[in-house]
Amino acid sequence: MSSSPPVKLIGHFASPFVHRAAAALRLKGVPYEFIQEDLENKSELMLANNPIHKKVPVLLHGDRAVCESLVIVEYVDEAFDGPPLLPADPYDRAMARFWAHFMDTKCRTPLVLSFLTEGEQQEGFLKETKENLALLEAQLDGKRFFGGDSVGYLDIALSGMSRWMAVFEEMTGVSLLADDDFAALRRWAKEYTSNEAVMQCLPGIEQIKGHFSATAKKDKVKAVATAMQQQQ
Amino acid sequence: MAGAKKGLVLLDFWVSPFGQRCRIALAEKGIPYEYSEQELLGAKSDLLLRSNPVHKKIPVLLHDGRPVCESLVILNYLEEAFPDASPKLLPADDAYARAQARFWAAYSDKVYEVGTRLWKLKGEPQAQARAEIVQVLRNLDGELGERSFFGGEAFGFVDVALVPFVPWLPSYERYGEFSVEGIAPRLAAWARRCAERDSVAKSFHPPEKVDEFINLLKKTYGIE
Repeated sequence: MSSSPPVKLIGHFASPFVHRAAAALRLKGVPYEFIQEDLENKSELMLANNPIHKKVPVLLHGDRAVCESLVIVEYVDEAFDGPPLLPADPYDRAMARFWAHFMDTKCRTPLVLSFLTEGEQQEGFLKETKENLALLEAQLDGKRFFGGDSVGYLDIALSGMSRWMAVFEEMTGVSLLADDDFAALRRWAKEYTSNEAVMQCLPGIEQIKGHFSATAKKDKVKAVATAMQQQQ
Repeated sequence: MAGAKKGLVLLDFWVSPFGQRCRIALAEKGIPYEYSEQELLGAKSDLLLRSNPVHKKIPVLLHDGRPVCESLVILNYLEEAFPDASPKLLPADDAYARAQARFWAAYSDKVYEVGTRLWKLKGEPQAQARAEIVQVLRNLDGELGERSFFGGEAFGFVDVALVPFVPWLPSYERYGEFSVEGIAPRLAAWARRCAERDSVAKSFHPPEKVDEFINLLKKTYGIE
């Protein structure tokens, strides 16, 4: 067995972006050291290795630093042996990247704002989110995973929907995935969260709830909601 | 796909920097395609709405009738679907260099994102946009360093991703009251270097035209 430089993942257990990076490592069978970051008090290590965005996750592979969760997932797929995360066919790869980008750009903000706002505003974000979820539901198209028979790049990119969504639904009483229209997504969430490799790096519902309850103060939540709306 | 047009069609809009990314990559690689100018400010074509129902935006690359959307997704697709076309924009055997390229190509989107806020907004939000774009350009200048291109010796993925924003910079300079030469001199030199390339020169429109277009957009949005 050839020795490879050590792999470290700087992250936070409650972050769905960090989970993407961890899931990729676990699915490829890459051993790594997890370094928990205090997001209220960012470490020199993190800031030195992600000076541009100052965010987690940051992957350290020897002396290489890779930032941005989806860039990390592709890097892990290419740099290590193990089952491929992206499909082989160029068009399928393009589709996987397209839908991952869709989640991060069009889908995420109204999704989060569905949980953070109230009244008529919330109605608007919920409607938009349900339309977006319907598009993703359609992408499953009877398959077990977005990647087909096994967990792949797009499943990892959408993994926030498999666990974090349920947490926010419980915390706010907002119902999204529970809707009749999203039977395939609910099935997928069960499949994804039951995957052996994924389970090793997926935080529990109560764990995530605990973290977000602790950090969510009403004025802070309002500030996040306002900032997100301004970015739209 | 039955009855679908064979080959490549690029649904695009003349001044779009995202469309230009695709045009430049196709030209660099010598891949033939049909350019299809789309109506964006009026009614969008059936073909565009059918090909990109999710975003209803250009660029869209149709390959034997199958749509690929999102400029950076298209760039990756061209690398992978035409493996014999050269040059490669991403280094073939270096996963780390590829990761760096993807990171900085995605980051280059910020030039347009923040630049747009610069001409759309006034007062404090505009001042914030100004501070941000200066930082973005400084970061890009730092990443380029003393190299000829972001790809190193050769024009590559990040260069293709970033260069279409060059004709927009004079407008941003005016709205933001800064100079790229002053805050990011290596980037300014890089921009001049890239403009000499055939693929880039042929896809560019002069900054005056870009500025005219910004004024048209301002009118459309009812901005003073």
